[in-house]
Amino acid sequence: MFRTLASGSEKIEIYLDGKPVPVPAGISVAAAMLQLGALPTRLTPVKRSPRAPFCMMGVCFECLIEIDGLANQPACQVEVQSGMRVRRQCGAGELAS
Amino acid sequence: MGTVYDTIIVGGGLVGAALACGIAARGRLVAVVDGDDRDFRASRGNFGLVWVQGKGAGFPAYARWTAMAAKYWPDFECELRETTGIDFGFRQNGGYDFCLDQVEWVARSEEMSLVQQHTRGEFEYEMLDNTELKRRIPQVSGDVFGASYSDHDGHVNPLYLLRALHQRMQKLGCRYYPNQRVISTRPKNGSFIVKTSSDRYQAKQIVLCAGLDNQRLAHELGMHIPVHPIRGQLLITERVESFLPCASLPVRQTMEGTLQIGNSHENVGFDDSTTLDVITRLAARAVRIFPHLSGVRLVRAWGALRVMTPDGVPIYHRSAHYPGAYAISCHSGVTLTSLHAGVVADWVCDDAIDALIAEFSAERFDVSNTSLRV
Ligand SMILES: Cc1cc2nc3c(=O)[nH]c(=O)nc-3n(C[C@H](O)[C@H](O)[C@H](O)COP(=O)(O)OP(=O)(O)OC[C@H]3O[C@@H](n4cnc5c(N)ncnc54)[C@H](O)[C@@H]3O)c2cc1C
Ligand code: FES
Repeated sequence: MFRTLASGSEKIEIYLDGKPVPVPAGISVAAAMLQLGALPTRLTPVKRSPRAPFCMMGVCFECLIEIDGLANQPACQVEVQSGMRVRRQCGAGELAS
Repeated sequence: MGTVYDTIIVGGGLVGAALACGIAARGRLVAVVDGDDRDFRASRGNFGLVWVQGKGAGFPAYARWTAMAAKYWPDFECELRETTGIDFGFRQNGGYDFCLDQVEWVARSEEMSLVQQHTRGEFEYEMLDNTELKRRIPQVSGDVFGASYSDHDGHVNPLYLLRALHQRMQKLGCRYYPNQRVISTRPKNGSFIVKTSSDRYQAKQIVLCAGLDNQRLAHELGMHIPVHPIRGQLLITERVESFLPCASLPVRQTMEGTLQIGNSHENVGFDDSTTLDVITRLAARAVRIFPHLSGVRLVRAWGALRVMTPDGVPIYHRSAHYPGAYAISCHSGVTLTSLHAGVVADWVCDDAIDALIAEFSAERFDVSNTSLRV
């Protein structure tokens, strides 16, 4: 869907919905999702309508996603890390038990 | 000036708007003259509970009044939802009020039993220990001593409720005048003149429902309506999966999944700001009750001022001096909405007078009456 301008940047591996995928190091989780075409990034809590990153600067909260077990993280404000577990949310975030 | 209305209602909050619906439905020509967002507006900052537990302990008429409001809610809700198409999230499937320790639990049981006596058994409740509570809501901490529970309780989205009332009153022919803060009112030849900075309105009757401004406005019409502000701060979290079976204090989950955490009682005058210490205290109490909420993010907090009378009981007052002048002031204006659109409208229209309503006259605060009671 999207391409990076700088090619050949270092790749790391994250887990998206349990599957390992390679992504460029140094970008945000939201940018990685867009590049992977992994859309929608969540379904809304009430009407289950599809959502994707929108503002990419931390103000619209459209990009909320579960990262390493913690729900509702703004994906555009979090940098990908090797081994990070990213899960798309279907509805309201789950509470830690 | 032109039109002479049957009734002018000053203030279009939950109280004024509900009353306007009731009076207009009885065929009267009503004008609602409302202020603006610079006013303190409890109807836009409250917790949204339809709450019977503990209301009126020590004031039997108020206990019965609240129980009646809860009983009328289902029919009232159904009519308002069907005539407006607005679902304001009314759920009346019980409510829990948690007690952290035994001291709270004992005090609560006494209060509940008193309300039951006042209502001659109509108000029913249970006092639950931790084991029973955890059976019903597994997420409750083992440290919580117990809770009171009542079937009568419920909750609404108070902003949608206010919107529904506004839509309904206008459909029923009420004229609504926003941004018209009333500067003064005066009686004139058996009618009343209401002045704002840009307009004048006239009516045969006037009902003051102006929240915290009622005391000032009532004074001009020879009524003494003592009200003062009590601040409540409350917190809003991100939406989370549903885990509460029904309404509860201090945590309420909206139909969208948001948690609302309440609810301080602060005597700080006309100041509706938020403070970090209270926010921290409210959040800590919620997490003590529900430890699994410790990772949940707050997204906002606000303060709002309760419209409080000296004894916490509503005032429904009609002027002895000027027939046709009324004042209504209450905390718990969400809970009482079903009565304001019903029996209270009857009272103002002089159709049928509920025997209870006389008990809420502001005469109870007159110095001579107070000293008689002691
Ligand atoms: C933090 C908090 C939590 C609460 N929780 C609950 C709850 O869970 N359940 C419950 O039942 N109740 C609750 N309440 C109480 C409830 O919100 C109030 O009882 C109710 O909103 C009062 O409504 P009102 O219309 O009298 O006042 P307001 O909402 O204050 O409305 C008054 C209206 O009059 C207007 N006005 C003021 N002055 C003038 C003037 N001079 N001229 C023209 N218009 C004027 C204002 O603009 C406003 O629109 C809570 C209140 C607070 C503050
Ligand atoms: S895309 Fe707008 S906050 Fe992340």
